[in-house]
Amino acid sequence: MHPAPSVIFFTVFSGIGFGLLTFLGLGYPGVMGWTAFAFFAIAYVCAVGGLMSSTFHLGHPERALKAFTQWRSSWLSREGWCAVIALLVMAVYGMGLVFFGERWTILGLIGSVFSVLTVFTTSMIYTQLKTIPRWNSTATPAMFLSYAFAGGALLAGQITLAMALLAIAAVVQVFLWAQGDGALAGSGTSMATATGLGNIGSVRAFEPPHTGTNYLLKEFAYVVGRKHSQKLRIISIVLMAVLPIALLAASFSHMLALLAVISHVAGALVSRWLFFAEAEHVVGLYYGKR
Amino acid sequence: MTTLPQSTNRKLGLVIDLDTCVGCHACVISCKGWNTENYGAPLSDTDAYGSDPSGTFLNRVHSYEVQPTQGEAQLIHFPKSCLHCEDAPCVTVCPTGASYKRVEDGIVLVNESDCIGCGLCAWACPYGAREMDAVEKVMKKCTLCVDRIYNENLPEVDREPACVRTCPAGARHFGDFADPDSHVSKLTAERGGMDLMPEQGTKPVNKYLPPRPKDTLSESAGDIDILAPYLEPVAQEAKGFLGWLDKTLEKL
Ligand code: SF4
Ligand code: SF4
Ligand code: SF4
Repeated sequence: MHPAPSVIFFTVFSGIGFGLLTFLGLGYPGVMGWTAFAFFAIAYVCAVGGLMSSTFHLGHPERALKAFTQWRSSWLSREGWCAVIALLVMAVYGMGLVFFGERWTILGLIGSVFSVLTVFTTSMIYTQLKTIPRWNSTATPAMFLSYAFAGGALLAGQITLAMALLAIAAVVQVFLWAQGDGALAGSGTSMATATGLGNIGSVRAFEPPHTGTNYLLKEFAYVVGRKHSQKLRIISIVLMAVLPIALLAASFSHMLALLAVISHVAGALVSRWLFFAEAEHVVGLYYGKR
Repeated sequence: MTTLPQSTNRKLGLVIDLDTCVGCHACVISCKGWNTENYGAPLSDTDAYGSDPSGTFLNRVHSYEVQPTQGEAQLIHFPKSCLHCEDAPCVTVCPTGASYKRVEDGIVLVNESDCIGCGLCAWACPYGAREMDAVEKVMKKCTLCVDRIYNENLPEVDREPACVRTCPAGARHFGDFADPDSHVSKLTAERGGMDLMPEQGTKPVNKYLPPRPKDTLSESAGDIDILAPYLEPVAQEAKGFLGWLDKTLEKL
């Protein structure tokens, strides 16, 4: 799949933002007043910034409101609803903390639940696609959720919890990679089933339908950089989890914590780039690619 | 509404005969022509006469070489467009309701004025049947020429999809698969019409007729032409200079 920067930024930052909102809603850290304002501002910049960036890859962003209509069948529509509900509820809850010095616990709890649901619905947009066997796995939502919780805990300053959650995210990520490498072969879809010609003999793409490129090849048959994927996987795990855990374990200072956050975000961006770039769409089989 | 209908009254679709298709791409061109000039946003081309041409097409013809374990390789031309699936994953993923499957005839369409161009439906289609138009930024797909098949302004003979009307080889057939007596249903039954990627669970309406088995020349004497003995090669051994060369080289 084509790794569109807008979607990579969207999933990474909205994941972290909603992860942080989840913790704030549960009262970790139990901040009030202007400190609370600072935490909420960071969460909203990440979450809303991520959502805005996702609209950049729309052909007609001016019609985006229509995307709220099909929640009965579409995960993308459900994601829109969850995000809006989470942001509105958390705004009210945050106002209570910042301006009235009140903690409306129930509201925080509802906001947390919808923050988690937002990350989950985002992950289901990818998980539901049978056409991309690498994503079509329960490990995909596990990966998105574990990243959101780890990043959220890190930003919420929950040091011990963050270290544990970062380790969990790393394990889930490695599992998703290992499982994904055999997913296309294990899916049963091949050039033989794509063309229906497999019972005659072995099928080879002889001539493509067009001499130039097209939307399908640009969007679905992205192969650039795949040969570096092993190196990039190591880089992303080190930046996303290993280095932040080491920094947090070293000793607590705001400087080290900031470095841990930067390192985690950089690692998450690399990992998300790989998530798209490595994903094989079955339509590539018609072109003899994969 | 992007939930799929439980069932459709008719199941309109195509039969594509892989045995007959000669790979002329006439159906590709007639499709592009009709759908650029009629319903919906035109199918754009970018850099059409430059070094990096690209364009939107709703029907494309691949060519495959199939090598059996024994015998000659076969070349098979393979036209591909939307298969108007019964369990269309492209419809259920659409967040806006722009994509839908019609209850009356099963045709899968995009309402372009509702489409936000998110591309998710193209991700969900295993067959590459949807293309985002690079200029209009909306999703384009085969409409089964919905603006021809019911169009009373056209002569009756033209009320079928442009690709079917155009095909010079008679490799494309249009009809109602819900009717067991329609010629598409009969063709499918007679020739073993197949689904593409059945394991994806999309239940395509369009069917593909597999290439017929190749003729083989029988080895048994009875099938060999009566004149065959007279066609035996006359010169069994090389004579003259070549004969001398052959013998000399043999000796060395
Ligand atoms: S072929 Fe693709 S676009 Fe057409 S109905 Fe099936 S899944 Fe949808
Ligand atoms: S590109 Fe258009 S038709 Fe396709 S899923 Fe998005 S809104 Fe629906
Ligand atoms: S017009 Fe007919 S013969 Fe020519 S490529 Fe299309 S289906 Fe094949």
